[in-house]
Amino acid sequence: MAIVNIAGKDVDVDEEGYLTNLADWNEDVAAYLAQEEKVEMTESHWEVVNFLREYYNEYQIAPAIRVLTKAIAKKLGPDKGNNKYLYELFPYGPAKQACKIAGLPKPTGCI
Amino acid sequence: MSDVTGGIDMDDETEGVVKKFMFLNRKAPYGTIYALESLEVVLISAAFDQDVSLAFVDDGVYQIVKGQHTKGIDQKNFSPTYRALEGYDIEKLYVDKDSLEARGLSEEDLLVDVQVLDSAAMADKMAEQDVVISF
Repeated sequence: MAIVNIAGKDVDVDEEGYLTNLADWNEDVAAYLAQEEKVEMTESHWEVVNFLREYYNEYQIAPAIRVLTKAIAKKLGPDKGNNKYLYELFPYGPAKQACKIAGLPKPTGCI
Repeated sequence: MSDVTGGIDMDDETEGVVKKFMFLNRKAPYGTIYALESLEVVLISAAFDQDVSLAFVDDGVYQIVKGQHTKGIDQKNFSPTYRALEGYDIEKLYVDKDSLEARGLSEEDLLVDVQVLDSAAMADKMAEQDVVISF
């Protein structure tokens, strides 16, 4: 547990840098988390992050990578719903990095 | 040697064996940790490409009942997660008919598509598993 100050607001994160409280998330927090992950956020990155937040709202879990790719393919098309595209955006693991930036917990089953 | 196993030699017999796993849920969703733990194990098991099914028996049927509100007990309502199982290719959900009826419930009261089985059919499903894990 640690507290970081993001844009004048104290935010709780766990030892791996994931938000403790989903409700603390906003775009400033996302930008900070992205910087920590050394990810430069583009429109394509935001699309994935927003997709993950919608997924979480609906199902209350962060999806495994295989499930994420499939769900993105279904909604945004196969050009985006594939490992290559997602790993280009989030080189250290789309499920892991994008979930962190989206303020979600670490995906279940992710080690 | 194989890339799939990270260069670790595996006997032919252990490679790619798919077993039938059933997760048997008997307890109400809140009050104990069993239902949530079971769900987590199920989600993790999906990563190993096994033949996974879930059974809901006794108070376990309450786990997938619609309209769960948990604010009053200050716990997370994890029932929406059962609807994500389809995306994990876990589509074999069995519900015990007597358990449903004894609680005044029917298939329409459930969050997900299930197969309702009488106890004889449920026993058959259990008998055909390699592993049954009870929660």
